[in-house]
Amino acid sequence: MSDRHSLGARLVLVGTLLFLYLPIAVLVALSFNSSRQPFTWGGFSTRWYTSLLANEDVLLGLRNTLVVAVGATLLSTVLGTLLAVGLARRRRSAALAGLALTPAVLPDILLAIGLLSFYALIQFSLGLQSILLAHVVFGTAFVTAVVRARLSSLDPSTEEAARDLGATPFQAFRLVTLPALTPGIVAGALLAFTLSLDEFVIAFFTAGPGQATLPIVIYSSVRFGVTPEINALAALLLLVSFTAVLVAQRTARITDAVEPAPAREDA
Amino acid sequence: MPDPASPDAALLEVRGVHRAFGEVVALDDVSLDIRRNEFFALLGPSGCGKTTLLRIIAGFEAPDAGTVTLEGRDLLGVPPHRRPVNLMFQSYALFPHLTVRQNVAFGLERERLGKDEIAARVDEVLTTVGLSAQHKRRPSALSGGQRQRVALARAIVKRPQLLLLDEPLSALDKKVRAEMQLELKRLQHEVGITFVVVTHDQTEAMALADRIALLDHGRLQQVADPVTVYQRPARRFVASFIGETNLLPADDGTTLSVRPEHVRLRPPGSGRLPGSVLEVQFLGSTSTVAVQTPGRQVPVLATTTGASDLVRGQEVSIDWADENAVRLVD
Repeated sequence: MSDRHSLGARLVLVGTLLFLYLPIAVLVALSFNSSRQPFTWGGFSTRWYTSLLANEDVLLGLRNTLVVAVGATLLSTVLGTLLAVGLARRRRSAALAGLALTPAVLPDILLAIGLLSFYALIQFSLGLQSILLAHVVFGTAFVTAVVRARLSSLDPSTEEAARDLGATPFQAFRLVTLPALTPGIVAGALLAFTLSLDEFVIAFFTAGPGQATLPIVIYSSVRFGVTPEINALAALLLLVSFTAVLVAQRTARITDAVEPAPAREDA
Repeated sequence: MPDPASPDAALLEVRGVHRAFGEVVALDDVSLDIRRNEFFALLGPSGCGKTTLLRIIAGFEAPDAGTVTLEGRDLLGVPPHRRPVNLMFQSYALFPHLTVRQNVAFGLERERLGKDEIAARVDEVLTTVGLSAQHKRRPSALSGGQRQRVALARAIVKRPQLLLLDEPLSALDKKVRAEMQLELKRLQHEVGITFVVVTHDQTEAMALADRIALLDHGRLQQVADPVTVYQRPARRFVASFIGETNLLPADDGTTLSVRPEHVRLRPPGSGRLPGSVLEVQFLGSTSTVAVQTPGRQVPVLATTTGASDLVRGQEVSIDWADENAVRLVD
C-alpha cells in the first residue's frame, strides 16, 4: 500500500480482511487443538486428523462427494464448452444464451425442489447419480459463462486461418480454438468442481438414502455441536479449494497471450 | 483455349458472380480474370464487395450465382482447406498459443510432409521474411510489422497458386507501411506467386499492383493497369476515386474528366470556360489553383509547375487539350 492512502482506508481494509479470514484462521488453528473443548487451547496435536480417517461416515461422505464432484465436473465441462461454442458459432440467440445461464442464478432451493419433482415424475431412482446430474445442471451454466467470455476475446479469423492453411473443420477446432479456450475451460471446470464440492441444498434434496455427500454428513454431525474433527475436515476442504484456485490462476496467466484483433474496414 | 503456360493466360476466372446478404447486394454480376504471376488489386471504398469476393475465392463465402475456376477447374465445390489458395487475414489471425515457427509450420503439418522437409521450408521462408532470429517467440511478443511478416510467411510457405491479402498494410503505422509495400513487391517477384490484394487505399493499389479492378456497390467499374486507370478512367466513379480530377460538362451533355495537371489557365476569353481564381496553394514543386466557374458549385482545380503568379479574384479562362479529356460513362 502506498502512503497516499489514509489511515481510515487502511483500517477498513484490515477490518474487512479480518472479518473474511479470521474465522477461517480460527477454524484451522482449532483443528490442531488437542483439547476436546472447542474454545480452550490444549496444545498442538494432529489427533483429530487421525480420528477423522477412522470415521466411516466422513470417509463415505468424502468418497460420495468426490464421485459427484469429479463426475459432474467432467460432464459440465464438456457440455458447457460445447454449449458456449455452439452459442457463439451456430446460433446467435439472446434467449438461448439467457436460458443457458439461468441455472447459475436460480436460487438453489428452487432448483432442488424442481429437480426432485422432475425425478419423481420420470421415476428416476435417487442416489449419487441423481445428485451428480443435478450438479451438472448448474455446473454447465457456470462453465458456459466462463468459456463464452473467453471465446468473445478470441479473433474469430484464427479458426478460418487454420482452415485456410489446410486444417479440416475438426482439426481447426482441436488445434486452434480449443487450445486458445483452455484457460477458460480449466477455470470453468475448477469453478464447477469447487461449487459441487460444498453444495448442500440441492444434494440434500436429491440424495438417495444412505448416500450422503460430505456437506450433508457435516450438517448432520454439527447439529450436536462442532467437534474438532469437523474443524480438521474443514481445514482439509480449504486446502483442496485453495489448490484449485491457485491452479486456475496459474493456467490463466500462462496462456493469457491473446492478441487484440484490429477492427475490420470492410464488410 | 489459351495456352496455360503462356504468361498472359488466366490463372483464375471469375464469371458472373453474384452475392447478396438479405437486401444488400455485395457483388453484382462480377467477371474478371487474374493472370499468372501478376500482382492484382481489388480496390474500392468500404462495403464495395471486395472482401466478399476475396472470401469467395478463399472458400469462406459461396456466391448465389456464377462460377470461379482456377486453371480451368471449378473452385467453388472445393472446401477451403483443399484449395491451392491461401489468404492473409486483415487481423493476421496468428495462433496466439503457438510460436512463430509453429505458426509457419502449421500449414505444412496439415499436408503431412516429413519433419525434415517442414523444418527446411520453414527455415527458408523465415529467412526470406527476415524473422529467423524471432522464430521461438509468441505472436504477443512481436511488433505489428513482425506479425505481418509471420502471417505472410505462414501463407507463402504453402506455395499456393494464388495468395490473397486482405488489407495487408492497414494495421501498420505509416512508416512501416511504406517499408512493407516495397517488401511485398520484392517478395512477390522472389517467390513467383500470384498476389491478389484487397485495399481501400488507392495509392497503395497504384504502388503495388500490375492491374487494378475497381469495385463500387458490388459492380465492377474497370479493370486495367494503374496508368490506364488514371489516364483513361472508364466511369465517373473511377475518375473521382483515383487521384484528383475535374468533372466538366461536354457539349453533347456527357461528362469529361480532366486531371488538374492537364488544365491550362489562359488570359480571359481565349479558353473554353470563364472563371475567377478562388485560391492559390503553393506546394513547393507545384501549385494548385482553384478556379470558380459560373454555375458550378465545385471549383476547377489546376496544377501548375512551381509558384503561380495568379492572385485571388483574377479573371482567367480554363482550357485543356482534347486528348487529355476523357469522356465518362456514369
